[in-house]
Amino acid sequence: MSENIGYVRTEMALPEPAPPRERGPVAWARKNLFATPVDSILTFIGLAIAATIVVPLFQWALVNAQWTGTDRTYCSTVAQGGIQPDGWSGACWAFVKAKFGQFMFGRYPIEERWRVILVAIMFVVLLVPLMVPRVPRKGLNAFLLFLVFPVVAYVLLVGDMFGLTHVETPLWGGLLVTLALSFVGIVVSLPLGILLALGRRSKMPVVKMVSVIFIETVRGVPLITVLFMASVMLPLFLPAGMSFDKFLRALIGVSLFASAYMAEVVRGGLQAIPKGQYEGADSLGLSYWQKMGLIVLPQALKLVIPGIVNTFIGMFKDTSLVYIISMFDLLGVVRQNFSDPAWASPQTPASGLVFAALVFWMFCFGMSRYSIYMEQRLDTGHKR
Amino acid sequence: MKYIVSGILGAAALSLMASAASAGTLEDVKAKGFLQCGVSTGLAGFSAPNDKGDWTGLDADFCRAVAAAVFGDGTKVKFTPLSAKERFTALQSGEIDLLSRNTTYTINRDTALGLNFAGITYYDGQGFMINAKKLPGVNSALQLSGAAVCVQTGTTTELNLADYFKANKMEYNPVVFEKLEEVNAAYDAGRCDVYTTDQSGLYGIRLTLSSPDDHVVLPEIISKEPLGPAVRQGDDKWNDIVRWTYYALLTAEELGITQANVDELKASGNPEIKRVLGTEADTKIGTDLGLNNDWVVSIVKAVGNYGELFERNVGQGSPLKIARGLNGQWTKGGLQYAPPIR
Amino acid sequence: MATQDIPRDVGGGRASLLYDPKVRGIFVQALVVVALGVLVYWIVGNTAENLKRANVASGFGFLNGRAGFDLSDTPIQFDSDSTYRRALLAGFLNTVIVALAGIVTATIIGFLLGVGRLANNWLIRKICTVYVEVFRNIPPLLVIFFWYFGVLSVLPLPKESIELPFGSFLNSRGIYLPRPVWDEGASLILVALAIGIAMSVFVARRAKQRQMATGQPFPVLWVSIALIVGLPLLALAATGFPLTFDLPKKSTFNLTGGFQIKPEFLALYLALSFYTASFIAEIVRAGIKGVSRGQSEAAAALGLRSGQTLRLVVVPQALRIVIPPLTSQYLNLTKNSSLAIAIGYPDLVAVGGTVLNQTGQAIEIVTIWMVVYLGLSLITSAFMNWFNAKMALVER
Repeated sequence: MSENIGYVRTEMALPEPAPPRERGPVAWARKNLFATPVDSILTFIGLAIAATIVVPLFQWALVNAQWTGTDRTYCSTVAQGGIQPDGWSGACWAFVKAKFGQFMFGRYPIEERWRVILVAIMFVVLLVPLMVPRVPRKGLNAFLLFLVFPVVAYVLLVGDMFGLTHVETPLWGGLLVTLALSFVGIVVSLPLGILLALGRRSKMPVVKMVSVIFIETVRGVPLITVLFMASVMLPLFLPAGMSFDKFLRALIGVSLFASAYMAEVVRGGLQAIPKGQYEGADSLGLSYWQKMGLIVLPQALKLVIPGIVNTFIGMFKDTSLVYIISMFDLLGVVRQNFSDPAWASPQTPASGLVFAALVFWMFCFGMSRYSIYMEQRLDTGHKR
Repeated sequence: MKYIVSGILGAAALSLMASAASAGTLEDVKAKGFLQCGVSTGLAGFSAPNDKGDWTGLDADFCRAVAAAVFGDGTKVKFTPLSAKERFTALQSGEIDLLSRNTTYTINRDTALGLNFAGITYYDGQGFMINAKKLPGVNSALQLSGAAVCVQTGTTTELNLADYFKANKMEYNPVVFEKLEEVNAAYDAGRCDVYTTDQSGLYGIRLTLSSPDDHVVLPEIISKEPLGPAVRQGDDKWNDIVRWTYYALLTAEELGITQANVDELKASGNPEIKRVLGTEADTKIGTDLGLNNDWVVSIVKAVGNYGELFERNVGQGSPLKIARGLNGQWTKGGLQYAPPIR
Repeated sequence: MATQDIPRDVGGGRASLLYDPKVRGIFVQALVVVALGVLVYWIVGNTAENLKRANVASGFGFLNGRAGFDLSDTPIQFDSDSTYRRALLAGFLNTVIVALAGIVTATIIGFLLGVGRLANNWLIRKICTVYVEVFRNIPPLLVIFFWYFGVLSVLPLPKESIELPFGSFLNSRGIYLPRPVWDEGASLILVALAIGIAMSVFVARRAKQRQMATGQPFPVLWVSIALIVGLPLLALAATGFPLTFDLPKKSTFNLTGGFQIKPEFLALYLALSFYTASFIAEIVRAGIKGVSRGQSEAAAALGLRSGQTLRLVVVPQALRIVIPPLTSQYLNLTKNSSLAIAIGYPDLVAVGGTVLNQTGQAIEIVTIWMVVYLGLSLITSAFMNWFNAKMALVER
């Protein structure tokens, strides 16, 4: 018998395709949108919400928006003294376009703005390689970004040396102020926060008490009161005739505020390190700073990266509060320009604020995504 | 790394810090080479940055006049924009040398707040502005019962407002903001029916509204608002310089000395003009003040006389078009009267 | 002579003292104390000298002075004849009001969003995620400005008010609601309400005791609702509806009468609620995810219905994770309410700013601010410690 009468298959049967009910967009919708009657109702509610918010927003921001124009008439209706038909409602992007330079640089002199742009380019050139893990020479990079860059940026932005004209800080504004405050805040608050956290966990009662009082006081009050202190009371604390630049006062306020929050984040990391690590370091005969710097902090900081980035995000958002002490960061400049009679129209505030929100959102969202990425990368699997 | 960072910050801090010994304000100002002058954050006609960022206005020009008296150069001045809240602390702490920011002269400020007012550069009074198009038929402040009133907080205006409505048994609804531009925006957006501040300010603010012609300033003046420059208490020498700079501006107008003719008049034989311009032989008027004898020449060359200052910034030569009124020379029915320079 | 060489190798007591951690600790602490002392001395000296030079009177005596200004929104009787103390009190109460209102709303929105982010429904999940990611990443001040300038000030003027049901109006001056006016006999309704609440508490206690003893549950919720709503309604009917409404009417300038909610309050309240809700949503999500799946499976195995599982098993455990960060969000909301100053809502900081300006008492006012906010945060952390101790897992 040459033919094969064995009933055992020699090759695998191809899998049957899933039944039509379980395939394709319909099945997906049934599973994810209409699984139960309650789900269906929820879906319709969700659709209604999306329709009432997204559609008008889309129309306002894109379809009806006014993209070009030279003054308020382009963004007001006939009844308001403009050229748009009555009942028109759309974003006034022409306003944002006309004021874009101010939103970025404040009143920084136009002929000197190349200095700010140069600083921005240097910042990006130094930051990007530091953030991409594959690029080598991190140490040099960090050295350049955190130590050389601030000096160069300071010289370029303030001027008054090497033939650069002096640009006083009251002229600074817009995104420049937001980023400058945040960058300095970040560079200062991390080391200061680590010191405070170590102080809080120190065995020396005086050091511990000083750290605790500082941290708890600063964390207990709103940033506004700290900024008020920096702007209204700091001059009273100094000897007569000695005074700080207003910008520097805001910097001090923001940095001190952020470092107290940073200290608590770092403390959380320090507490999570098992006692054995401390004891192991002690048994090797490491000094306190060696123990902390080589054994404890590298592990602790890695654990609290999300918290640290959250503090950075919080600080970035908080820089907008300097508007209250009459400094003009991005939000402040946008706010200030509402009252420009050349552009005042019912649509101007919303347009300016949406633009500012978009800029803030991009920075904050970018930071939070990057922190998630780093967290996954640094996860060495010790977590239980 | 921390140490290096803090070192850099320390260096930055030092270079941003304007430090000086506290001998006397005049010596301090001379030592640092410029006058630090506190002005408003932007009030048209008094102190506001123009498109190029230069400060213009009556108050800003007064700063230049003082700088000219001290240095012979009206450009040696730096402006610090201050909110109503910051202004007194800024002066008390020595952050600024002179506060020239439409500040009302009151006994409380003169005594308890530790200021000295060096004169009254502008006689003002508080008024009300309404949108006549939206509120037809309202032509007196006494018809304002029940209105929402926009006012800047922390000013004497806020206090006068409360007193006026109370005295006239009227109700009102205050809408207060920290900053002038916030009040302007709120009024323009219709958050309130009435805007109240110094009348001169109302005329300036009206220009910045989206439709200035719809708005009228009501006739009532409900308070005295003498505005003037202030210095720290306890420095008589500096107070004298600021006070006599103001008087010099007035005297120059009285004698017809203008920015244009001051150089010719230096050769004038009129003894009064000679005395004022310091061309009299062996004169000590300027040096007794601690200045040069040609201080008045410098002032007038830098900013002109009081009349020119007024017309250029708030009067007919400006968009505000405010009449001289109380601010005219005493010879013309006004209140501006300078003691003799002799 | 040879014996004299020995002590050199030991090195002497001085060097070892330098390396003694205890001695070094004392030395470092002494250094810190001295440095701080010098700093404080320097600051106090400078301040005293500055104040003396400026001839500013210090001390809290100014609080009894006549304020002279009016507040735009005050929960207590206040006019220009009241004292600065009362102005600050009104400001403090405004802070409390807006914070409490914000906390309640933010919690509700936040819980809905947090649950929504874990829903099986794809659309709901996405909407909640977008909301959270948008609001977490923009500054609260911007949200406040958005509501105030972008939404509320675009509303029509009082003359063209939007009419809402029940005689309410909406315009750029805020929302006008009818104000209930109680006539004679209205106090009976309050009494009825109090009795209703007291009885519900009693019923709840008895029900719990009974369930502990016999295992029989009792519908506490429905009975309580019936008591708390029903008794006052009965009283209302019994006294012949002693209730009229003061409706807002149009007048020369504004609407008069009724109950006005000002746009400054609305903007601040809405912004704080919406902003904080995005953080609360994340906390709630983490809390629910933190309860292990085995817990609800075990509950199902015991025969509990899904509502009971949630109420009796999942939520109590999730709360243990949720409450501590939630409290700190409440505290953040309270602190963020100080942003009121940017839109002129008279909270503690804004009123303090006005007083500071009228009196020049910078140090005193800043001290009051700090004490009040620190007090609030101390109370909160005391509550948190108490709660943690109560809820902590009782282990062997």
